[in-house]
Amino acid sequence: MKERSIGFRRNIDLVVKALSGLAALTGIAFLVWILIVIVVKGLGAIRPEFFTQLPAPPMMPGGGLGNAILGTGIITTLATLIGVPIGLMAGIFLSEFGRDSFLAELVRYATNILMGTPSIIIGVFVYVIMVAPMGGFSGYSGSVALAIIMLPVVARTTEDMLNLVPDAVRESALALGAPRWKATVGVVFRAARTGLVTGSLLAVARVSGETAPLLFTALNSPFWPRSLSEPTANLPVTIFNYAMSPYVDWQAMAWGSSLLITTVILGITVLVRTILGRRKTT
Amino acid sequence: MITEHTAHEPDPNPQPLSGTGDDSLPGSEPIKIETRGLTFHYGHQQVLFENNLDVGANRVTAIIGPSGCGKSTHLRVYNRIFELYRNQRVEGKVLLDGRDIFHPEVDLLELRRKVGMIFQTPTPFSLSVFENVAYGLKLHYRMGRGEMAERVEGALHRAALWDEVKDKLNHSGTALSGGQQQRLCIARALAVQPEVILMDEPTSAIDPVATAKIEELIHTLKKDYTLVVVTHNMQQAARISDYTAFFYEGRIVEFGLTKKIFTRPDRKQTEDYITGRFG
Ligand SMILES: Nc1ncnc2c1ncn2[C@@H]1O[C@H](COP(=O)(O)OP(=O)(O)O)[C@@H](O)[C@H]1O
Ligand SMILES: [Mg+2]
Repeated sequence: MKERSIGFRRNIDLVVKALSGLAALTGIAFLVWILIVIVVKGLGAIRPEFFTQLPAPPMMPGGGLGNAILGTGIITTLATLIGVPIGLMAGIFLSEFGRDSFLAELVRYATNILMGTPSIIIGVFVYVIMVAPMGGFSGYSGSVALAIIMLPVVARTTEDMLNLVPDAVRESALALGAPRWKATVGVVFRAARTGLVTGSLLAVARVSGETAPLLFTALNSPFWPRSLSEPTANLPVTIFNYAMSPYVDWQAMAWGSSLLITTVILGITVLVRTILGRRKTT
Repeated sequence: MITEHTAHEPDPNPQPLSGTGDDSLPGSEPIKIETRGLTFHYGHQQVLFENNLDVGANRVTAIIGPSGCGKSTHLRVYNRIFELYRNQRVEGKVLLDGRDIFHPEVDLLELRRKVGMIFQTPTPFSLSVFENVAYGLKLHYRMGRGEMAERVEGALHRAALWDEVKDKLNHSGTALSGGQQQRLCIARALAVQPEVILMDEPTSAIDPVATAKIEELIHTLKKDYTLVVVTHNMQQAARISDYTAFFYEGRIVEFGLTKKIFTRPDRKQTEDYITGRFG
């Protein structure tokens, strides 16, 4: 048997370090590249009309995507109102009441599958259960599709955040004579509140660029949103349509929308980081 | 004239045991908690075997023994906090003031008001100092702001914390030092006017100076409360307690006056543990 030389081991060490560093840099490089392209191509479209006006016909100057921005806002808000409370309750069940029960295991497994389900499948599913029976595309069905995508994200982060609260804290509330639900709402939730807020924000960020599920549900519309029971304008599907179009000014609008969505998602992520960062120091 | 021992005028000196070797206090000692034939299972694993123990009213009873011998498990029966978890099963009797704590008519929340608990690591809630202490009060009593403030102040005084926090009642309870947090938890427990206070290694996560404060506090508290304190620190048990129960592998090997346990234990195992030969 021959001993391996120290030099050989050192070299291997160096190579692994270099390769992993390179891999990490590749990720960052692509992110920076994407951001640069989006900013360069999209910035030109961001003018006041972009936020306030309806789209102009192709080849016509001016116009904006005010309807799609408003529509996305409404659809996402409604999706949040549906998805976050249900996800929170599911997370409470997983962490507080179900814990290691069979049902909780089942729910955990199901949320994992749901989390990995391609969003287009959720779009098709909502098409089948809502759009087809109701006889048409609608903003409501778009919100439901997005809510379904948010659900597992919120449920799992809620469970994780509640699990960070030590059992002794729960027991302390119960040992004072608090009923279970009061201990959960008044003490455990409070201890975990920053985590719960960040989880919900991340879920919003997660769905705000989703296109496929909206394509099958909210579709799109050239008008201002009037009722969510009709096809409703939204940014992701607009990007999809405009980017595929042959018109240069529509393509510019698509870049502008991309920039807007990216900025919002980045904004939410940075907000989450600062909230979490502040929590560590207190 | 016949003098009666009431809960608030305890005999300053704990009585010696009758010496019969059974685990009961002599007739003259008022008993607060009487445990008979207590066994405990985690799933299929039995961890307590036939525990018999009398906790004297207005006394400090220490529970000592090597780690894993069932001290916490035993303590957690008294306020039925173990019931939070599935697969934990208890048999036997625990009488509080002569009444079975497992009787179906017992109001569990009221039992827990009467029997407070302090944990190994301080557990302040993510609330202000004031709200921490008021938390239990609000659970059990209705009262105006003025009375609430009075009661909170009173509890903080009794927990020897008032002077240190009176200017930061609105600060977060989690921002206090470890020792202060533990006294905050004691104040929170005292606020609901308990009769018994269970402490599970209350000073093991706290520095020596803060520990001394809490030991001193335990001393003053026994005037008004019955205390059961789990500790793995034998000097602490000797310093703070009137009675000591030595647990080993889920059994109460010996129980008696602390003075006697630490000077002339009856059992070889007790002596070995106390002299540091194991555990
Ligand atoms: N939640 C639990 N589930 C299963 N076994 C447990 C649990 N808690 C404690 N035990 C076991 O019960 C025994 C007694 O534990 P415990 O009462 O915590 O001991 P102590 O407080 O004296 O250190 C140990 O063997 C421990 O491993
Ligand atoms: Mg223990």
